[in-house]
Amino acid sequence: MVEYAAASGPVRAVDRVSLTLAPGEFLAIVGESGCGKSSLLFAIAQLLSPPAEIVSGSVRFLGQDMVTLADEDLRHLRWRSYSVVMQSAMNALNPVMTIGEQLRDATLAHEAMPGRMLRRRSEEVMRLVGIDPVHLQSYPHQLSGGMRQRAMIAMALLFTPQLVIMDEPTSALDVVAQRSLMIQIKALQREFGFAVLFVTHDMSLVSHFSDRLAVMYAGQLVELGGTRQVFKDSLHPYTVGLMQSFPSIIGERQVLQGIPGTPPDLARPPAGCRFHPRCPHVMPVCRVEESPVFTRSDDLVRCHLYANGHGPIASIHQRHD
Amino acid sequence: MTYLLRRLEFFVVTLWAALTLNFILPRLLPGGPEVALRTRFHGRVNPAAIKSLEVALGVNNNDSPFQQYLSYLGNLLHGDFGVSIGFFPKHVVDVIMLALPWTVGLVGMATVIAFVLGTLIGIVSAWRRGGVLDSVLPSIFVVTSAFPYFWIGLICIYVFSITLGWFPQAFGSSSEVSSEWSWTYISDVLVHSILPAFTIVLTSIGGWVLTMRNNMITTLAEDYVKMARAKGLSPARIMFHYAARNAILPNLVGFAMSLGFVISGALLVEIVFNYPGLGTFLRQAVNNEDFPLMQSLFLLITLAVLLAVTAADFLTAWLDPRTRERA
Repeated sequence: MVEYAAASGPVRAVDRVSLTLAPGEFLAIVGESGCGKSSLLFAIAQLLSPPAEIVSGSVRFLGQDMVTLADEDLRHLRWRSYSVVMQSAMNALNPVMTIGEQLRDATLAHEAMPGRMLRRRSEEVMRLVGIDPVHLQSYPHQLSGGMRQRAMIAMALLFTPQLVIMDEPTSALDVVAQRSLMIQIKALQREFGFAVLFVTHDMSLVSHFSDRLAVMYAGQLVELGGTRQVFKDSLHPYTVGLMQSFPSIIGERQVLQGIPGTPPDLARPPAGCRFHPRCPHVMPVCRVEESPVFTRSDDLVRCHLYANGHGPIASIHQRHD
Repeated sequence: MTYLLRRLEFFVVTLWAALTLNFILPRLLPGGPEVALRTRFHGRVNPAAIKSLEVALGVNNNDSPFQQYLSYLGNLLHGDFGVSIGFFPKHVVDVIMLALPWTVGLVGMATVIAFVLGTLIGIVSAWRRGGVLDSVLPSIFVVTSAFPYFWIGLICIYVFSITLGWFPQAFGSSSEVSSEWSWTYISDVLVHSILPAFTIVLTSIGGWVLTMRNNMITTLAEDYVKMARAKGLSPARIMFHYAARNAILPNLVGFAMSLGFVISGALLVEIVFNYPGLGTFLRQAVNNEDFPLMQSLFLLITLAVLLAVTAADFLTAWLDPRTRERA
């Protein structure tokens, strides 16, 4: 659970979200702006800063709970075992240091290394992401948006960590650059075998790249399943709505349908199911009672439609959380 | 490179404008050196002697203002600042050299100390925002900065020198200690400078604390600081290389300006402590309508500010790669 302290009382940005990520897996988290997906990500990466804080819950990584881990121990885990790629590379790179200096900073924080080796390592990761190593001498403002983003990914790969956390790394790029970056990320992942936690609001972008897809709404996980599965056979009415709100390249032409209404104010979420004011299948129970989570093997959905074995899929079971 | 050239160009143009204003302004004042001379020696010297004095000083001649302006510029180019009227027959340069080390030493050091200390306090209190340090120090320094510094100076003299007797009340050094490079003389000068320096630091530090703290808080919210944390850098490295290094940039020009104004001396502090610095001399020059000294002091102040600002521009260019190409 992540809450933001606000004058009017705490705002719960992430509410009882539970995820498991296997080594080498690519998990995408999608949702509208303000649904808590970035908060979830920063909570996992232990990068929340006031007024946001984790009020309860745990983040288990390599057998340790990162929430209770001492700062100093956490610092050693950072970058070596998991690294972060941020949304806007312009703001995430220090404007007064060259790319090379920033790579060196990250390396030296975890490993004493002679200058020659350090340079070789830096040049290596720059080549991995397809940037000419001469740009190690460049300052961030001298690179294009795409190159900056690649430089960030290069930085994230310095230690070939087990997990790379990415917060909408492609959102500042045009579609062509987006796609080539995604292909590159996927190729690097295949080569080095790190797991990827990827947050985006662009479902079509991750559709070809992620193994599993998690859908968040108003701070809660509403659906989780294999990417193919979710695309083909969405369970939650919100996911269904999302699917209908972007065009499919193949398949016949159809009118795009948005989801009516706006996401709720997390300071005052609606009673019952948080999606009920916008849901086309709303039932009386939805207005008063929050839905439990129903699971089918590793998949998960939070919707009353699947209560008591009803609904389209009979093999769904209720899980208590 | 173009950036630096443009800054130099700016420097030259501003300097010329300042020199010209410096020529015009004192001549707009009521009275004039000849009147002041006559008043000063009234009845004691015969008019012929005054006349020859005026010729010696080069005042009250019949040149047109434009000719005066040209010879003024020419004299400046030759480093000839004229003869002081108030300290006749000393040359202005000698008078200034007498006072300059005192002011640069006292006000310069106090300004540097206030900036360094204020910036450090600003950095740390923003870093531990809401902590004990942050809730106490900035508020205290805001209050002390709001006091006029001659008043703080008077209080300091009353408390630390009259009541407690820890420090001397006035002057730059004791008259019984001879002014040579001996340890007794240096320590004597240091003891004399503590109270005025403390007064300047106390009244000027608040501005640095507040601006640095605010810049830091803005910078700490930047993604690259979050990124630095994600990289697992040590807190000190994040604080100084990522946050403070960026947060200090807007403050550099302000610091340079205040260094430039060191030359004008903390006028009131020097008067309160009877300190033999430029501020005291400037006041005397104004009282005596000592044009050459006044003009030279104003010139020195302008030059110092301009030099300091240009130095700050170069420093910013060195610290912030983005400015280098902005020209």
